[in-house]
Amino acid sequence: MNPIGNLNKVFESRIRLGVMSVLMVNEEVSFNDLKEMLEVTDGNLASHLGTLEENAYIKVHKGFIGRKTNTTYSITKTGEKAFKGHLAALEAMIKFSQ
Amino acid sequence: MNEQQHLDTLTDIKRIMERSTRFMSLSGLGGIGAGVSALVGAYFAWDLLSAAGEGYQPVSETALVSRLLLIAGAVLLAALGAGFYFTWRKARRQGLPVWDAAARKVFINLAIPLVTGGLFILGLLKHGYLALVAPSCLVFYGLALVNAGKYTVTDIRYLGYAEIALGIIALFNLYHGLFFWALGFGVLHILYGAIMWWKYERIPAE
Repeated sequence: MNPIGNLNKVFESRIRLGVMSVLMVNEEVSFNDLKEMLEVTDGNLASHLGTLEENAYIKVHKGFIGRKTNTTYSITKTGEKAFKGHLAALEAMIKFSQ
Repeated sequence: MNEQQHLDTLTDIKRIMERSTRFMSLSGLGGIGAGVSALVGAYFAWDLLSAAGEGYQPVSETALVSRLLLIAGAVLLAALGAGFYFTWRKARRQGLPVWDAAARKVFINLAIPLVTGGLFILGLLKHGYLALVAPSCLVFYGLALVNAGKYTVTDIRYLGYAEIALGIIALFNLYHGLFFWALGFGVLHILYGAIMWWKYERIPAE
């Protein structure tokens, strides 16, 4: 078996992988908190979040705090499975090459 | 993509997971500072109590209580000041934000038991149960630490357990409240702070 096949192309980006890591351990995270944790710019983060949303890996919740929009993100079941699969593949590859 | 890159990626994931859930910049030196403030405060309180010839009795003598409250307030300010200052310094050295999502979780989880305890103790004071103040301080503070332990350095839970245990012992040994208070807020803080400093800060943070 060639474990390279199991690596998820979507997670090749460090930022997308970072977003998924944060969402795995936090129920719901706001755009601004994600930005701060991953140290990325607005535009950059937004485009990566878009990709993850297209793949149905994350869910977007649009809310308001007063009049300001407060967008939060959470992981979906599909996203969790994909992320765990990717981690398993990474681990397998490390063992494979040892 | 080679093995080293995969290892780096996994380390990265672990680091991001930890940083997004736990506030790791709590400083041991801050604990030592808080402990020293508590011991100084306890000394003044002891001085005041023995001067009043009162021992530590469940009598509500308004003047005495208000002076003790003044000392307690000063200790609280000094302890919080030391804690915040050293934590801020550590976070800055690590290049981490001081007030991020994880720090807010620590704050809220500390605040709920602490504010509850504070109001509870005000009630005790109002009714003159002076002897119950020290055990209550210790128990509520211990619960706050255990509660916040989920979102910061896990070791802080052990300090929490120790404070709770000490508070319960103090409850069954009333009239030695100040002694247990000094032990819990002074000695334990200094001990905990020193251990944390030794464990995590002695070698300058990367």
